[in-house]
Amino acid sequence: MRSTSNVERVAGDYRRMKEVQTATDLYRTEFLQFEREVCRITPGWVQELRQAAMACFTDVGFPTTHDEAWRHTSLASLSERPFQLARNLCDISKTELKPVMSWMGAGCRLVFVNGSFSPLHSSLLPLPRGMIAGSIAGTLGDESSLLRSHLGRYARGEDHAFVALNTAFLNDGAVLYIPPNTVVEEPLYILFVSSPNGKATMSHPRSVIVAGPHSRAMIVESYLGLQEDLYLTNAVTEVVLAENAALDHYVLQQESTAAFHFLTLAVHQSRHSTFTSHSLATGGALARSEIHCELADEGTTCILRGVSAAADRQHLDTQTQIDHAKPHGTSQQLYKSILGGRAIGVFNGKILVRQDAQKTDARQTNSNLLLSEDALIHTKPQLEIFADDVNCAHGATVGRLDEEAVFYLRSRGIGLEAARGMMTYAFGSETINLVTNEVIRDRLAELLAQWISQTCGRSSSL
Amino acid sequence: MSTPILEIRNLSATAAGKEILRGMNLTVNAGEVHAVMGPNASGKSTLTHVLAGREGYEATGGEVRYQGRDLLAMPPEDRAREGLFLAFQYPIEIPGMKMMHFLKAALNAIRKHRGLEELDALDFLAIVKEKMQLLGMDPDLLNRPVNAGFSGGEKKRNEILQMAVLDPKLAILDETDSGLDIDALKIVASGVNSLRRQDRAMILITHYQRLLNYIVPDFVHVLIDGRIVKTGGRELALSVEEQGYGWLEEDVKR
Repeated sequence: MRSTSNVERVAGDYRRMKEVQTATDLYRTEFLQFEREVCRITPGWVQELRQAAMACFTDVGFPTTHDEAWRHTSLASLSERPFQLARNLCDISKTELKPVMSWMGAGCRLVFVNGSFSPLHSSLLPLPRGMIAGSIAGTLGDESSLLRSHLGRYARGEDHAFVALNTAFLNDGAVLYIPPNTVVEEPLYILFVSSPNGKATMSHPRSVIVAGPHSRAMIVESYLGLQEDLYLTNAVTEVVLAENAALDHYVLQQESTAAFHFLTLAVHQSRHSTFTSHSLATGGALARSEIHCELADEGTTCILRGVSAAADRQHLDTQTQIDHAKPHGTSQQLYKSILGGRAIGVFNGKILVRQDAQKTDARQTNSNLLLSEDALIHTKPQLEIFADDVNCAHGATVGRLDEEAVFYLRSRGIGLEAARGMMTYAFGSETINLVTNEVIRDRLAELLAQWISQTCGRSSSL
Repeated sequence: MSTPILEIRNLSATAAGKEILRGMNLTVNAGEVHAVMGPNASGKSTLTHVLAGREGYEATGGEVRYQGRDLLAMPPEDRAREGLFLAFQYPIEIPGMKMMHFLKAALNAIRKHRGLEELDALDFLAIVKEKMQLLGMDPDLLNRPVNAGFSGGEKKRNEILQMAVLDPKLAILDETDSGLDIDALKIVASGVNSLRRQDRAMILITHYQRLLNYIVPDFVHVLIDGRIVKTGGRELALSVEEQGYGWLEEDVKR
């Protein structure tokens, strides 16, 4: 037995080395070409950032299921597939985007098509004094001190292949700066649309959001595929909250169900700031969302909520990582997933409470609804607590639709399919009902209802 | 004479594979209120579940005609759409689903089936609020999740509210009195009484006679061992209360 497993391990290591080789070669070639194209228009410090990141990626390559953090999410289907950097804005008319933008309120809109800023679809309405809303590409040339002091500080590529790749290909994305003491009433919208026109393309949008002291704002970040194409989105968003800032951040992940989607949200919180995140993910053949929150000072609050809904053979992975570094921090997490067909869900919630972080209150709940026999969820809380006066709680549940309740609805005249849909909605909407902004809440509710009616309509995918 | 609303002929049924009903007969006409009484394990619940179409309960013999149609061939939602209503003994709690959403979906499913236009939120609210007033219910309840956190009395009243809104032809009230104190019972009973009509029939399934003081039935049937062993008027229920089921069980053995 032992010798067999040794042989297997050696074979595995060899395969792994080869994988690293192939994958890194593909991206390296693409990187060299990209560098030649953009080197003239980017400042030196950005070029250095990119090169260092590419070196990191070349060193480590994509993680494999041997890495604990990737145990349940295999990248085999991604790592050997060549993706071309999406270079040109393809022609998307305003009419084409209308159905996915008509719900948005009056706030400013930053729209990116295949990773590049599209002035045609964006609207930068009169902004509060001192506020910045624009694109990385448009801001880099200005040698902006804002970017220089934040870019690459919170999301670091040293131990993260996707952050490294994103940084290597760093070219465009959103930049938002909310000045001190400013309250932005209308939500701000960032939309990343992918429409690769049949080519397997990749984009690496990088966004930076800086909330000044005592500011308050709402930001909706959407990732959207217009058709059921194969492409790769590897996004990184860095968020900084200064003292007493409050930021509501939303992610609507509606990528194509043939696409690969990776999003790393790196959040850095100062004293008494409050970060609230809500996400709804329905897209991606393979999608992974990571939120890393660093509660770096006293009295910070971090509230994370999300719903993932997957069917067929989709694989949706959610990773949260909350680092309580200082006393009196609060974190609350509520994540739900709805899985049908042969879908696989992964939830890994890590809470680190450092020795200094006394009086921390950290809670985590992960509930999962399996709609089919073949759906699968891997859920794991991971608490590392080094302080002794803290309040930490976690819970995970996995269940199926309550058949008694389905019968109750049917006994009132509601058809079987509709009853199952209503029960599924009731499960998923718990987090959505907590959203205070009405426009966003209604949109989230609409998207969930749409997903349910589309998925429950096709009994094969459940 | 017109077609009875419900005709149960020689019905045998199993619950989880075990034979419970053994050749039961019952005919219910429009305008009538029937009480079916019986001791524990006599088949009362099985009867209710078979009529409502719950999984795990299977008719193995005989037939059930509902307004002349084969009831057992219909899925549960069609039974409801055709006007059969079951007030549950244990109403189900559904966290996350608002009463308003639930009841509106139910009413519209039934209206659609009957060829009526579906109601929008405003028209629906007008109807449901009127019925709630009748039952002395707080309209805030509509914004609460279905039965979640309701008291026992609220749950039972909520069943009667649904009955009032869905306007059934035949209502089966399963142990509606269980778990209610006397005040709650009076409210529920007066709600039920206000829904008695010439074109509607009701079956009260109950263990105790108490309910029948407030909802006076036209017929009382005693169900023992899966069969109706005695049928009478109101007075039969009173004898059961005085003497228990023992003397009737003796009859069965003979």
